[in-house]
Amino acid sequence: MAKQIVQITVNGEPTDVLVEPRDSLLETLRENLEMTGTKEGCNNGNCGACSVMFDGRLVNSCLVLAVEADGKEVTTVEGLATSEGLHPVQQAFLDKAAFQCGVCTPGFLIATKALLEKHPNPSEHDVRYYLSGNLCRCTGYHKILEAVNAAAESMREGA
Amino acid sequence: MKEIDYASAATLSEAASLLSKAGDRARVLAGGTDIIVQLREHRRDIDLLVDVKNVPELSAMTYSATDGLTLGAAVPCYRIYETPAVAAAYPGLVDAVSMIGSAQIQGRASLGGNICNASPAADGIPPVIVYGATLKVQGPNGSREIAAADFCVSPGRTAMRTGEFLVSIHFPPPKPRASAHYLRFIPRNEMDIAVAGSGAYVELDAGGQTFKTVRVALAAVAPRPLPVPEIGEFLAGKTVSDEVIRRAGELASQAATPISDMRGTTEQRKHLAGVLTRRALNGAIERARG
Ligand code: FES
Ligand code: FES
Repeated sequence: MAKQIVQITVNGEPTDVLVEPRDSLLETLRENLEMTGTKEGCNNGNCGACSVMFDGRLVNSCLVLAVEADGKEVTTVEGLATSEGLHPVQQAFLDKAAFQCGVCTPGFLIATKALLEKHPNPSEHDVRYYLSGNLCRCTGYHKILEAVNAAAESMREGA
Repeated sequence: MKEIDYASAATLSEAASLLSKAGDRARVLAGGTDIIVQLREHRRDIDLLVDVKNVPELSAMTYSATDGLTLGAAVPCYRIYETPAVAAAYPGLVDAVSMIGSAQIQGRASLGGNICNASPAADGIPPVIVYGATLKVQGPNGSREIAAADFCVSPGRTAMRTGEFLVSIHFPPPKPRASAHYLRFIPRNEMDIAVAGSGAYVELDAGGQTFKTVRVALAAVAPRPLPVPEIGEFLAGKTVSDEVIRRAGELASQAATPISDMRGTTEQRKHLAGVLTRRALNGAIERARG
């Protein structure tokens, strides 16, 4: 089928992009828009490396078609930091060294931000349950849990 | 993924005409969490995806204590548990939709899609059966209703004809001293496919001691989500006791006809069907007594 132009607001910037119906939002972000912060792990909805916010909801961008994103707002890891500095979740992952290869990290950052916006003071169960859709092959998760707790604390202080 | 066409329908009649024209070369797109993976892995060969998320009837969710719940087929899982009145009225449904995939999946996947995908292991289907839900399907010549218990016929196959699609799922209003519970066995804590699952609905008498109506349905132990009417027939009118619940578990194990595969053996699954059914019944009784 013919390519079509869709307008996606990515990190606040309305962006026109030419896509095929079979292109995923993940492919469109990485290949058409050259925003490679969002990662591909499994490409089938299991690993969460491709997590983005889609109209305010945490989703796997490998399971959204770009044509479905027409008129929608997407936030990627590139949209977390501001001119003032890193987002508290990014700072916490950095401070706690909560990554090794880093492929899972953008997905964890987005999912952690979504978690903390819902549960500002999450229990360990809340964290493990909410982040069960994000896999990490390197860290063993311990440092990730520490980073999430540190981020929660600094966001509560900042609020 | 091979090349494919995409059309977004704005009305029921537009969706019906797109789907009936393309016949079995088309498939509905709701949350996409199954169909996109199936297309990418070449497990399904179609030419057209018809996005139904902009059809008002498929994206609506209405609930009242007198009319019950009408859930559009494309409503994502999270809307069920994030709507307090609905979550309080149908806790057995919340059990299931909060265990389908991850937070990411629940943000997109719909209960309607879980039903139409018709996996024998689907967590969403046993609760729909035991709540006594009715499914409304639309075809080129109008709509009809199918009882949830009759909807899935074999792995991946439903009672819908080519050109028909699911519009909404209707749950009867909650009754006093009645509730449901769904649970499954998986080797991990989250993010897995059921080795076996059981959903139970119970309605107790005014004193909360005698079964009035009981419905049980099992997951992953038969070629389709399996209603077990024998359990309802056995328990109706009986006083609640460990002994009758144990017997209901045996009936569940007997009704189960599972295969052995990488997730579990026949023997283990028959055993699990019994254990989970006892637990689901006890959970539903506890909720029904409030
Ligand atoms: S790449 Fe999307 S969930 Fe793994
Ligand atoms: S740091 Fe390598 S996958 Fe998580």
